[in-house]
Amino acid sequence: MMRMIDFDTLFTIPPYALKKIEKEQLHKQYLDRLFEHHCNACKPYQQIVRVLGKNPPLPVRLFKKYDLRSTGNEEITKTMTSSGTSGQSVSKIYLDRATSARQTKALSKIVSDFTGKSRLPMLVIDSKAVLKNRNMFSARGAGILGFSMLGRDLTYALDENMNLDWKTIDAFCQKYYGQEVLMFGFTYIIWQHFYQTLKTRNKKLPLKGILIHGGGWKKLSELAVSEDEFRMELISVTQLQKVLNYYGMVEQTGSIFMECECGHLHASVFSDIQIFHPENFEIAEKNEQGLVCLTSLLPTSYPGHILLTEDEGEILGEDDCPCGRMGKYFKIYGRMRGAELRGCSDTYEQH
Amino acid sequence: MSNIEYLIGSERLAKRVLPVYSDEAINFLSDLSSELLHASNIRAYPDVVSVAYWCRKGNLLKLREVYHSINRLGRGLAFHIAPSNIPVNFVFSYFFSLLAGNANIVRVPSKPFPQVDMICNAFRQVLPQHPQIAERTAFVAYPVNNEITAAFCKEADLRIIWGGDQTVAEMRQYPVKPKCIDIVFADRYSICILNGDAILECTAQDLKNLAENFYNDTYLMDQNACSSPQLILWRNGSNEAQTRFWDAVEKEAGNRYKLQGMTAVEKYIHLCEDAIEYPEIQSFVRQHGNLLYRIQLSELSKVETTALRGKGGYFYEYYLEDLGELCALINAKYQTITYFGVHPEELRQIILNNGLQGVDRIVPIGSAMNIGVFWDGYDIVTMLSRVVCTS
Repeated sequence: MMRMIDFDTLFTIPPYALKKIEKEQLHKQYLDRLFEHHCNACKPYQQIVRVLGKNPPLPVRLFKKYDLRSTGNEEITKTMTSSGTSGQSVSKIYLDRATSARQTKALSKIVSDFTGKSRLPMLVIDSKAVLKNRNMFSARGAGILGFSMLGRDLTYALDENMNLDWKTIDAFCQKYYGQEVLMFGFTYIIWQHFYQTLKTRNKKLPLKGILIHGGGWKKLSELAVSEDEFRMELISVTQLQKVLNYYGMVEQTGSIFMECECGHLHASVFSDIQIFHPENFEIAEKNEQGLVCLTSLLPTSYPGHILLTEDEGEILGEDDCPCGRMGKYFKIYGRMRGAELRGCSDTYEQH
Repeated sequence: MSNIEYLIGSERLAKRVLPVYSDEAINFLSDLSSELLHASNIRAYPDVVSVAYWCRKGNLLKLREVYHSINRLGRGLAFHIAPSNIPVNFVFSYFFSLLAGNANIVRVPSKPFPQVDMICNAFRQVLPQHPQIAERTAFVAYPVNNEITAAFCKEADLRIIWGGDQTVAEMRQYPVKPKCIDIVFADRYSICILNGDAILECTAQDLKNLAENFYNDTYLMDQNACSSPQLILWRNGSNEAQTRFWDAVEKEAGNRYKLQGMTAVEKYIHLCEDAIEYPEIQSFVRQHGNLLYRIQLSELSKVETTALRGKGGYFYEYYLEDLGELCALINAKYQTITYFGVHPEELRQIILNNGLQGVDRIVPIGSAMNIGVFWDGYDIVTMLSRVVCTS
């Protein structure tokens, strides 16, 4: 069944070229086939469909409780895990060769739309130690590994204790002095372990080019750092021209949503976003805040093509971003507030 | 000890106990009732109204007449752990123990509720005229603190522990006096039995009242109280009866319930989980957006029904061919059956004749939350007092 999905055609399309109607038609075709495939290949998915109907959005939390896979055990080459906050159970995402190859390819097409076709020297603001277990990838490890394909002369800026590796950084700066480089890392780690060290030492690194960062806004907002502040501060300790955020989740690796030069997150040809009104799950209009539902055309090894997140966001527009990219663009507000329920069963020690 | 805030009373409590349903207690509670009913904003809090009504003199005298025994006395000092999510439960716990003749230390909900403030204010007004009661009453608030809890547990002759399985397990860790008696309120499960024929016979007004009562049993507490029905069992009638009932409930909830965004998400997640877990699901009906979820089950023989739990308007439905089927469903976790169009005595006989371990209350729809001296199968005042016999 899976072989019938023609992904080759999908990858011939430039990532931000399709207008609303073309994209809708394309997505409908792929989603129909993905639906059919996962129904046939994933029993729990089929049971959900039996009750909820065609192509129901799967709550991301479901991947924590159940092993959802649409491929045989022997086909699984990687298992990715979400970096759940301590004490919480983690999501497990099962990847086969074909799905992970597609994710890598999509990521490369998306990111090179921002960085250019040539592979830039790359500085990862993290420690190599994150990549230790190659079969069980954390979201952080997966992100690093995925992005590392997009650069050359991969260099890690932090040592195993998460301290700045000055020797390596200085060598990197010297080697590529005056050239464009690609920097990548997780928002919170960049702030905590890179920016703050540079700031306290009053140091400015001669790094030119582009920084792409993602994940961990929640932790950052606890420190009361806004997106703008993050961008300005990072530019102040380097010579970077662009600092771009991305939005994505381990459940849909590859088809990430990149922030453009206008500060908008963009859906690519591989992905889409819808905003739901929480009270009825009806689709919200542009500029209405609601629950984020994400589409990715990539996964065939697990039923993650339509996911209901627990994030809140808002569509800002479609096909008309000043940056020139087609498709929807949006912003994310972060996790939805937890519910407070009445009731007599509680744990008094917690209150 | 520091960190303890005495909202009412102090650490000095009287050692001497009172008789059950003492004049002192009844007079005090009656004054408290009038004080509460005169509070300017009481109408905004139906749960405080229910507190005030419950401790009216008439009600208490009636209880005394039925259950009074001159040979019963309190047991000493009672320590109450109230649930933190229900604003008025703590004061009912106190009432029952006071009427049993005990002195009381009550840990009030740590979440701020205006109802708690209202009740404490009324106590402050009335207690000075009732010194005998004042020296037997302490309401305390303290942050999570094992030492304070341990100290109260050590002194207690009785512990009244609300809050479900986990709280009970935690409280059981503390050493107590050898003779200390615990009344514990564990996690329970409740159902509703509806006669479809009776629904079809309802006038529009009857139906509206029924829906309002059903709402009060369920949505009003986010369907998250032990006595809120989770499983709706149908007798007789047809699809038409079910539709008629749920349409009325939907209307009521649409007017009154504020569905939080995250509750809607939780309901949806729960539905997906149920779809995976239960092939018994025959169909699913969603009404008024995400306000009302109905999960219709075709078969219950392999289902542990007490695991069927929804929150915020998430109901399981099953059609009962015969009331006798209840015997196979009911286990020790079952607490309340709310009913409409079914004879309660018929239900009671099923429990009694079959020696079933569960179901302690069979009450009409709308009374699920009405707490009283009989609760969870306990005769609370009797359990909190002791009898002096001669021969």
